[in-house]
Amino acid sequence: MARIQLNGRKLELKNRHTILTLLKKYKMDSKKIAVELNGKIINRNKYKIVYVQNKDKIEIVHFIGGG
Amino acid sequence: MKKNIFKIANQILQSRLIVGTGKYKNFKETAQAVKASGADMVTVAVRRINILDKKKPLLTDYLNPKKIKYLPNTAGCFNADESLRTLRLAREIGGWKMVKLEVLGDKKTLYPDMIETLKATKVLVKEGFKVLVYCSDDPLLAKELEYIGASAVMPLASPIGSGQGIQNKINLSIIIKNAKVPIIVDAGIGTASDATIAMELGCDGVLVNSAIAKAKNPILMAESFKNAVVSGRHSFLAGRMKRLFYADASSPLKGLI
Repeated sequence: MARIQLNGRKLELKNRHTILTLLKKYKMDSKKIAVELNGKIINRNKYKIVYVQNKDKIEIVHFIGGG
Repeated sequence: MKKNIFKIANQILQSRLIVGTGKYKNFKETAQAVKASGADMVTVAVRRINILDKKKPLLTDYLNPKKIKYLPNTAGCFNADESLRTLRLAREIGGWKMVKLEVLGDKKTLYPDMIETLKATKVLVKEGFKVLVYCSDDPLLAKELEYIGASAVMPLASPIGSGQGIQNKINLSIIIKNAKVPIIVDAGIGTASDATIAMELGCDGVLVNSAIAKAKNPILMAESFKNAVVSGRHSFLAGRMKRLFYADASSPLKGLI
């Protein structure tokens, strides 16, 4: 089990997750987002191989309307 | 006379009107307004995904980034580090290298913090970004941005979202006269004629959000802005007549009965 912070929310993950499986869990299209793990941007080629660890802080962002 | 091609870095744009995608009722209205504006580049913001709402519609479902150029912005960032973080993430989303830098200095006026803006511009240029920089209408700072590698300089007309129009034509004219990169008026445009005035002064382009989104009929206003920008550009290229102190009759006096 891993306790993480995702987009400012505290979460508990029961199963082991990579970034990619985490994205799937929340139905996010990996082509339309960017991921920052503990302050570092994760290249999208690495979503499959980077595992989510206990105490990780993850930010997932996308584009919204703006001026 | 400036050539009639609108080019930022190596990017040729068909329209001299760039529109923002914020403040609309919904994405459908956003998409309709963008279409009516004729703009081929739109600004977008980078924000956290709402993880609790998996079915929330996405901007990209309504505005295809393959058909319309996205210009990610740093709205809401109050220092160089926050804006660098935002634009690096934006680049990761879709490989965007052309970005709009906007480092705010004050919550009430949303005036740019030019010290942080200069700092961030230097880093972004070094990292290969093509940076369009929102800035104050100070001619020296505008020139400085050009020196350090900004791809376009975007002075405000008046405070963001205020709709107060162009407050300092003299400064803007000096900035335009001195510039070797495109000058795009960003922020404060209130209505279509403001855009025409900006273009008549010799600006290369205009960036508009609130004036369209907050109009009673945003789609009609978007079309109005499209025409206003073209009109202003043509007027600039045509060259206005000289101002005279006294009248000068339009009908010839010869042959008068």
